[in-house]
Amino acid sequence: MSTASVPLPAWINYGVIPLLNLILAFLFSGLVVWAIGENPLEALNFLIQGALGRGDAIGFTLFYATSFIFTGLSVAVAFHAGLFNIGSEGQAYVGGLGAALVALSLDHYVPWYVTMPFAVVGAALFGAAWAFIPAWLQAKRGSHIVITTIMFNFIGAALMVYLLVNVFIVPGKMAPETRTFLAGGQLPKLDWLMALFGLKLGPAPFNVSFIIALVMCYLVWLLIWRTKLGYEMRTLGISPTAAVYAGIPYVRTVIIAMLISGGLAGMMSLNAVMGASARLQVEFVAGAGFVGIAVSLMGRSHPVGIVLAAILFGILYQGGADLSFEMPNITRDMIVVIQGLVIFFAGALEYMLRPAMVRLYQTATGK
Amino acid sequence: MEYFDTFVSILGSAIRLSIPLLFTALAGLFSERAGIFDIGLEGKMLASAFAAACAAYWTGNAWAGLGAGIFVSIIFSMLHGFASITNRGNQIVSGVALNFIAAGLTIVLGTAWFNQGGRTGQVPPEGRFSGIVLPGAEMMRDVPIIGPLYANVISGNNILTYIAFLMVPLSWWVLYRTRFGLRLRAVGENPGAVDTAGVSVVWLRYRALIVTGFLAGFAGTYLSIAQSAAFINNMSAGKGYIALAALIFAKWKPVPVMFACLLFGFLDAFANFMQGKSIPMIGEVPVQIFQALPYILTCVLLAGFIGVARPPKAGGVAYTKER
Repeated sequence: MSTASVPLPAWINYGVIPLLNLILAFLFSGLVVWAIGENPLEALNFLIQGALGRGDAIGFTLFYATSFIFTGLSVAVAFHAGLFNIGSEGQAYVGGLGAALVALSLDHYVPWYVTMPFAVVGAALFGAAWAFIPAWLQAKRGSHIVITTIMFNFIGAALMVYLLVNVFIVPGKMAPETRTFLAGGQLPKLDWLMALFGLKLGPAPFNVSFIIALVMCYLVWLLIWRTKLGYEMRTLGISPTAAVYAGIPYVRTVIIAMLISGGLAGMMSLNAVMGASARLQVEFVAGAGFVGIAVSLMGRSHPVGIVLAAILFGILYQGGADLSFEMPNITRDMIVVIQGLVIFFAGALEYMLRPAMVRLYQTATGK
Repeated sequence: MEYFDTFVSILGSAIRLSIPLLFTALAGLFSERAGIFDIGLEGKMLASAFAAACAAYWTGNAWAGLGAGIFVSIIFSMLHGFASITNRGNQIVSGVALNFIAAGLTIVLGTAWFNQGGRTGQVPPEGRFSGIVLPGAEMMRDVPIIGPLYANVISGNNILTYIAFLMVPLSWWVLYRTRFGLRLRAVGENPGAVDTAGVSVVWLRYRALIVTGFLAGFAGTYLSIAQSAAFINNMSAGKGYIALAALIFAKWKPVPVMFACLLFGFLDAFANFMQGKSIPMIGEVPVQIFQALPYILTCVLLAGFIGVARPPKAGGVAYTKER
């Protein structure tokens, strides 16, 4: 009998195998570090120290993690409906426009907690809007969502550069960015939360959007596992033909799933635009949309897994920055390599270890 | 006459800009027609550009550079095959992963080896593919219309450019006139039938990916040691995705692929030319429109407004032999 159809207990499927894949990814990363003549263990030590050693380091780590939770949820929601949304990057970028428009128009008049709900809606709306056309093309015209979302990443990037250079730029300034938001358009830092644990946040931009991200995790969990819509999305993801046969409307479900996915991606901009830089800048997403793919894969598209994976990638991003400072031979781009290896082992090679695990399990249980 | 000279110079630069697209799109043609989606074209291009620049820098030989570029590109292709054919992993995920690995690794290794912030060393002239002046180009130059076209567009390109255009009929011949090509197209449409005929689906798809790696290696080599003289950070800059768009725009057929790449190369050259210039009656056209146009056109095509783009039927699905 082939090993593919043997069921494995959940703790192996969701615990042991992802962990082993992760370890493989890190072993290969260590190999790269060793190949350029540095000590991998020493590098790992710098990385962890740099990410978790001080209060501000933890603040930066959680700041990055916040962005990755949003984009990870975005990829996961689409994934549950059987859609591969590579466009979270572009949706987050355009979502930033929504957040910035709200912040720019309200920051003179109201405090941040009044701006915030509007900004959440604005960012989500713009992100969802950017996912709408690829969603419609997939649902109605059958064009592949992967290709159209890639195309829309580039179209979005061109659009945003145009807007920032020609429309939003502050007259007389060289940098293509909006004016700095006043306090009413910024999301405050969570220094009180860090103080609870006796840590000082320092300059780290860890902010309220972290709490919004956690709320979204709960809402996504509710949506996917506790609502009719979520059930329909999961059915569609497992078998589109079965879903259609069961009377689940294909077009509507695909479009709604992508709109939610785009909206979640758009909310990532709350963290980067309103929480950290207090202005809309070119390229502010900086690959967070793509990290979302890795985060969602590693977290097995479950909110709890996504939070854990996002924190892991937050550690990599913040620790990687410190590492390149301590070991100038290793550039910050090492994290891109690690990220690629994690996606490769945890995503593309997710079934590689399965046959071996099945044999081990069968021997161990004596079947 | 002045307009004509400008047109010729735009055309010349359009050819130069479309060559990497052409190699990459033909590379993608082979894997996608065999039923393997390849988002990783961008990464192959980048990795081979880096390998070619390193080898050409160390050996001072352009052909060694090309060999290294092709070799590394085939390695990446084989990793994609290992994940998506042997282990039946998700082809999109594998492609995305390999793009990241290429993007990171080229900078990490480049910085460690050359210490120039990700640039490789300057490749010496004999390590580059330089322009070839075709016979009679200087003599023809003064002939109206044909002269400048021949001297500035057709002549004066490097050998890789001519190889790229030779690859178009060659790819067509391989895909449509050989047994390998017939089987390759069949495995992209209905792998079950190929398997029933006693042909190994796995080996056939691996061979298709070797061709993909081979062709993508030319594209990277062209970027680093023909168009420029060193590897620069992220020098493929999304060209792999434009090539993918061109491949879809051409509906997965070799000769239309050439025209799609020339069109997208022309848009790129035109955008460079239009930078800061204004058109009478319309005013300055934002350069971003030209940058986005290949992607917009591809989406319009995919929407079914310019004919129907029908991808290979078995694309993106790993083949599982019946048990």
